[in-house]
Amino acid sequence: MKNLDSVLAAYLAGWAIFFAYYISVARRTAALRKDVERLKESLTRGK
Amino acid sequence: MVKHVLVASVVVLLIGAAAYAAFYVAPTEATMGTIQRIFYLHVPSAWTGLTSFFICFVANLAYVLRREPRWDWLGVAAAEVGLTFTTVVLVTGPIWAHPVWGIWWTWDARLTSTFVLWLLYVAYLLLRSMLEDPDKRALLSALFGIFAFLDVPLVYGSIRWWRTQHPQPVILGGADSGLQPTMRWVLLFSWVAMLALMTLLLRQRYRLEAMRGEVEMVMREAEAV
Repeated sequence: MKNLDSVLAAYLAGWAIFFAYYISVARRTAALRKDVERLKESLTRGK
Repeated sequence: MVKHVLVASVVVLLIGAAAYAAFYVAPTEATMGTIQRIFYLHVPSAWTGLTSFFICFVANLAYVLRREPRWDWLGVAAAEVGLTFTTVVLVTGPIWAHPVWGIWWTWDARLTSTFVLWLLYVAYLLLRSMLEDPDKRALLSALFGIFAFLDVPLVYGSIRWWRTQHPQPVILGGADSGLQPTMRWVLLFSWVAMLALMTLLLRQRYRLEAMRGEVEMVMREAEAV
Protein backbone atom coordinates (compact mmCIF):
# COMPACT_ATOMS: atom_id res chain seq x y z
CA MET A 1 0.00 0.00 0.00
CA LYS A 2 1.62 3.21 -1.23
CA ASN A 3 1.89 6.09 1.30
CA LEU A 4 0.77 3.94 4.23
CA ASP A 5 3.69 5.37 6.26
CA SER A 6 2.31 8.91 5.71
CA VAL A 7 -1.19 7.83 6.80
CA LEU A 8 0.21 6.18 9.94
CA ALA A 9 2.36 9.25 10.66
CA ALA A 10 -0.71 11.51 10.40
CA TYR A 11 -2.79 9.33 12.75
CA LEU A 12 0.07 8.97 15.26
CA ALA A 13 0.74 12.74 15.20
CA GLY A 14 -2.98 13.51 15.67
CA TRP A 15 -3.39 11.12 18.58
CA ALA A 16 -0.14 12.35 20.16
CA ILE A 17 -1.42 15.96 20.06
CA PHE A 18 -4.74 14.99 21.71
CA PHE A 19 -2.99 12.84 24.31
CA ALA A 20 -0.44 15.58 25.12
CA TYR A 21 -3.26 18.10 25.60
CA TYR A 22 -5.23 15.69 27.84
CA ILE A 23 -2.10 15.11 29.98
CA SER A 24 -1.38 18.85 30.14
CA VAL A 25 -4.92 19.56 31.48
CA ALA A 26 -4.63 16.69 34.00
CA ARG A 27 -1.23 17.97 35.23
CA ARG A 28 -2.45 21.56 35.55
CA THR A 29 -5.50 20.33 37.49
CA ALA A 30 -3.32 18.24 39.84
CA ALA A 31 -0.96 21.19 40.43
CA LEU A 32 -3.90 23.52 41.20
CA ARG A 33 -5.41 20.94 43.59
CA LYS A 34 -2.07 20.86 45.47
CA ASP A 35 -2.08 24.69 45.68
CA VAL A 36 -5.65 24.64 47.04
CA GLU A 37 -4.64 22.08 49.69
CA ARG A 38 -1.62 24.24 50.66
CA LEU A 39 -3.87 27.31 50.84
CA LYS A 40 -6.37 25.47 53.05
CA GLU A 41 -3.57 24.31 55.36
CA SER A 42 -2.11 27.80 55.72
CA LEU A 43 -5.60 29.22 56.43
CA THR A 44 -6.21 26.58 59.12
CA ARG A 45 -2.84 27.36 60.70
CA GLY A 46 -3.63 31.08 60.61
CA LYS A 47 -6.89 30.69 62.58
CA MET B 1 -13.57 9.38 39.36
CA VAL B 2 -15.06 6.01 38.25
CA LYS B 3 -17.54 7.89 36.05
CA HIS B 4 -14.71 9.89 34.48
CA VAL B 5 -12.66 6.75 33.72
CA LEU B 6 -15.76 5.17 32.20
CA VAL B 7 -16.47 8.21 30.00
CA ALA B 8 -12.80 8.42 28.93
CA SER B 9 -12.83 4.69 28.07
CA VAL B 10 -15.93 5.12 25.89
CA VAL B 11 -14.24 8.02 24.07
CA VAL B 12 -11.05 5.98 23.51
CA LEU B 13 -13.17 3.10 22.17
CA LEU B 14 -15.01 5.46 19.81
CA ILE B 15 -11.72 6.93 18.53
CA GLY B 16 -10.34 3.40 18.06
CA ALA B 17 -13.48 2.30 16.20
CA ALA B 18 -13.30 5.41 13.99
CA ALA B 19 -9.66 4.61 13.11
CA TYR B 20 -10.60 0.98 12.37
CA ALA B 21 -13.41 2.17 10.09
CA ALA B 22 -11.04 4.61 8.33
CA PHE B 23 -8.49 1.86 7.64
CA TYR B 24 -10.67 -1.22 7.08
CA VAL B 25 -14.28 -0.21 6.34
CA ALA B 26 -13.91 2.82 4.04
CA PRO B 27 -13.04 1.83 0.47
CA THR B 28 -9.74 2.93 -1.06
CA GLU B 29 -10.22 6.14 -3.03
CA ALA B 30 -9.69 5.57 -6.77
CA THR B 31 -7.41 8.56 -7.59
CA MET B 32 -5.37 9.14 -4.42
CA GLY B 33 -5.25 5.63 -2.97
CA THR B 34 -4.35 4.96 0.68
CA ILE B 35 -3.24 8.54 1.46
CA GLN B 36 -6.89 9.66 1.22
CA ARG B 37 -7.56 7.84 4.54
CA ILE B 38 -6.04 10.87 6.35
CA PHE B 39 -9.30 12.57 5.34
CA TYR B 40 -11.16 10.67 8.14
CA LEU B 41 -8.95 12.30 10.78
CA HIS B 42 -8.31 15.66 9.10
CA VAL B 43 -11.89 16.66 8.19
CA PRO B 44 -13.63 15.60 11.46
CA SER B 45 -10.86 17.40 13.42
CA ALA B 46 -11.52 20.55 11.37
CA TRP B 47 -15.30 20.38 11.91
CA THR B 48 -14.82 19.72 15.63
CA GLY B 49 -12.36 22.60 15.95
CA LEU B 50 -14.88 24.95 14.33
CA THR B 51 -17.63 23.59 16.64
CA SER B 52 -15.43 24.34 19.64
CA PHE B 53 -14.71 27.87 18.38
CA PHE B 54 -18.47 28.36 17.96
CA ILE B 55 -18.98 27.34 21.62
CA CYS B 56 -16.23 29.83 22.53
CA PHE B 57 -18.03 32.54 20.52
CA VAL B 58 -21.37 31.86 22.26
CA ALA B 59 -19.64 31.87 25.68
CA ASN B 60 -17.86 35.15 24.82
CA LEU B 61 -21.15 36.77 23.78
CA ALA B 62 -22.86 35.48 26.93
CA TYR B 63 -20.05 36.89 29.10
CA VAL B 64 -20.29 40.34 27.50
CA LEU B 65 -24.07 40.36 28.06
CA ARG B 66 -24.24 38.76 31.52
CA ARG B 67 -20.77 39.16 33.11
CA GLU B 68 -20.98 35.76 34.81
CA PRO B 69 -17.58 34.05 35.35
CA ARG B 70 -18.85 30.64 34.16
CA TRP B 71 -19.11 32.02 30.59
CA ASP B 72 -15.50 33.18 30.79
CA TRP B 73 -14.47 29.71 31.99
CA LEU B 74 -16.35 28.05 29.12
CA GLY B 75 -14.85 30.55 26.64
CA VAL B 76 -11.23 29.80 27.51
CA ALA B 77 -11.90 26.04 27.73
CA ALA B 78 -13.50 26.00 24.26
CA ALA B 79 -10.73 28.20 22.77
CA GLU B 80 -8.00 25.84 24.01
CA VAL B 81 -9.83 22.71 22.87
CA GLY B 82 -10.58 24.28 19.46
CA LEU B 83 -6.92 25.21 19.13
CA THR B 84 -5.89 21.59 19.84
CA PHE B 85 -8.18 20.27 17.08
CA THR B 86 -7.01 22.98 14.66
CA THR B 87 -3.38 22.04 15.42
CA VAL B 88 -4.21 18.46 14.36
CA VAL B 89 -5.73 19.87 11.14
CA LEU B 90 -2.61 21.93 10.41
CA VAL B 91 -0.31 18.94 11.05
CA THR B 92 -2.28 16.25 9.16
CA GLY B 93 -3.03 18.52 6.16
CA PRO B 94 0.60 18.89 5.05
CA ILE B 95 1.26 15.14 5.63
CA TRP B 96 -1.54 14.49 3.11
CA ALA B 97 -0.50 17.34 0.79
CA HIS B 98 3.14 16.32 0.30
CA PRO B 99 2.54 13.07 -1.63
CA VAL B 100 -0.58 14.43 -3.40
CA TRP B 101 0.48 17.98 -4.37
CA GLY B 102 4.27 17.53 -4.18
CA ILE B 103 4.46 20.40 -1.64
CA TRP B 104 3.84 20.57 2.11
CA TRP B 105 2.06 23.93 2.09
CA THR B 106 0.66 26.63 -0.16
CA TRP B 107 -0.80 30.01 0.77
CA ASP B 108 -4.25 29.43 -0.74
CA ALA B 109 -7.43 30.86 0.80
CA ARG B 110 -8.38 27.76 2.85
CA LEU B 111 -4.94 27.05 4.27
CA THR B 112 -4.20 30.71 4.99
CA SER B 113 -7.56 31.42 6.66
CA THR B 114 -7.16 28.27 8.82
CA PHE B 115 -3.64 29.29 9.82
CA VAL B 116 -4.89 32.81 10.65
CA LEU B 117 -7.67 31.23 12.74
CA TRP B 118 -5.06 29.24 14.67
CA LEU B 119 -2.98 32.41 15.22
CA LEU B 120 -6.05 34.36 16.39
CA TYR B 121 -6.84 31.82 19.11
CA VAL B 122 -3.17 31.63 20.16
CA ALA B 123 -3.40 35.44 20.51
CA TYR B 124 -6.61 35.01 22.55
CA LEU B 125 -4.78 32.75 25.02
CA LEU B 126 -1.70 35.02 25.09
CA LEU B 127 -3.91 38.03 25.81
CA ARG B 128 -5.43 36.18 28.77
CA SER B 129 -2.01 35.28 30.15
CA MET B 130 -0.94 38.95 30.06
CA LEU B 131 -3.89 40.39 32.02
CA GLU B 132 -3.88 39.95 35.80
CA ASP B 133 -7.20 41.54 36.75
CA PRO B 134 -9.82 38.74 36.33
CA ASP B 135 -12.71 41.05 35.29
CA LYS B 136 -10.61 42.98 32.77
CA ARG B 137 -9.13 39.71 31.44
CA ALA B 138 -12.57 38.13 31.02
CA LEU B 139 -14.09 41.15 29.24
CA LEU B 140 -11.16 41.91 26.92
CA SER B 141 -10.67 38.28 25.95
CA ALA B 142 -14.43 37.88 25.35
CA LEU B 143 -14.36 40.89 23.00
CA PHE B 144 -11.26 39.55 21.27
CA GLY B 145 -12.88 36.08 21.01
CA ILE B 146 -15.92 37.58 19.26
CA PHE B 147 -13.57 39.30 16.81
CA ALA B 148 -11.53 36.09 16.28
CA PHE B 149 -14.66 34.13 15.39
CA LEU B 150 -15.19 36.40 12.33
CA ASP B 151 -12.54 34.25 10.61
CA VAL B 152 -14.66 31.07 10.93
CA PRO B 153 -17.12 31.98 8.11
CA LEU B 154 -14.07 32.83 5.98
CA VAL B 155 -12.58 29.37 6.62
CA TYR B 156 -15.93 27.76 5.73
CA GLY B 157 -16.49 29.86 2.61
CA SER B 158 -12.89 29.93 1.34
CA ILE B 159 -13.24 26.74 -0.78
CA ARG B 160 -16.68 27.82 -1.99
CA TRP B 161 -15.99 31.46 -2.87
CA TRP B 162 -12.46 31.24 -4.33
CA ARG B 163 -10.47 28.85 -6.49
CA THR B 164 -8.11 27.01 -4.16
CA GLN B 165 -5.51 24.27 -4.27
CA HIS B 166 -7.37 22.72 -1.32
CA PRO B 167 -10.00 20.17 -2.47
CA GLN B 168 -13.56 21.37 -2.96
CA PRO B 169 -16.21 20.51 -0.30
CA VAL B 170 -17.66 16.99 -0.36
CA ILE B 171 -20.50 17.79 2.08
CA LEU B 172 -22.85 20.76 1.41
CA GLY B 173 -20.78 21.54 -1.64
CA GLY B 174 -23.40 21.79 -4.38
CA ALA B 175 -24.58 19.59 -7.24
CA ASP B 176 -21.16 18.23 -8.32
CA SER B 177 -19.99 17.31 -4.84
CA GLY B 178 -20.63 14.20 -2.76
CA LEU B 179 -19.14 11.10 -1.21
CA GLN B 180 -19.54 7.39 -1.79
CA PRO B 181 -22.10 6.21 0.87
CA THR B 182 -19.65 4.07 2.93
CA MET B 183 -17.10 6.90 2.91
CA ARG B 184 -19.82 9.32 4.09
CA TRP B 185 -20.80 7.02 6.99
CA VAL B 186 -17.18 6.55 8.07
CA LEU B 187 -16.67 10.33 7.90
CA LEU B 188 -19.78 11.04 10.00
CA PHE B 189 -18.90 8.33 12.52
CA SER B 190 -15.38 9.78 12.85
CA TRP B 191 -16.93 13.19 13.49
CA VAL B 192 -19.13 11.73 16.25
CA ALA B 193 -15.98 10.21 17.84
CA MET B 194 -14.21 13.59 17.63
CA LEU B 195 -17.23 15.37 19.15
CA ALA B 196 -17.12 12.89 22.04
CA LEU B 197 -13.41 13.64 22.51
CA MET B 198 -14.14 17.38 22.36
CA THR B 199 -16.82 17.02 25.05
CA LEU B 200 -14.42 15.10 27.31
CA LEU B 201 -11.61 17.64 26.88
CA LEU B 202 -13.98 20.60 27.24
CA ARG B 203 -15.40 19.22 30.47
CA GLN B 204 -11.94 18.65 31.95
CA ARG B 205 -10.65 22.06 30.90
CA TYR B 206 -13.81 23.83 32.14
CA ARG B 207 -13.40 22.20 35.57
CA LEU B 208 -9.79 23.38 35.75
CA GLU B 209 -10.77 26.95 34.86
CA ALA B 210 -13.69 26.92 37.33
CA MET B 211 -11.36 25.77 40.09
CA ARG B 212 -8.81 28.45 39.13
CA GLY B 213 -11.55 31.10 39.09
CA GLU B 214 -12.78 30.10 42.52
CA VAL B 215 -9.24 30.17 43.96
CA GLU B 216 -8.76 33.65 42.46
CA MET B 217 -12.01 34.81 44.09
CA VAL B 218 -10.96 33.48 47.51
CA MET B 219 -7.54 35.17 47.16
CA ARG B 220 -9.17 38.49 46.25
CA GLU B 221 -11.51 38.27 49.24
CA ALA B 222 -8.59 37.37 51.54
CA GLU B 223 -6.58 40.35 50.24
CA ALA B 224 -9.57 42.68 50.74
CA VAL B 225 -9.95 41.66 54.43
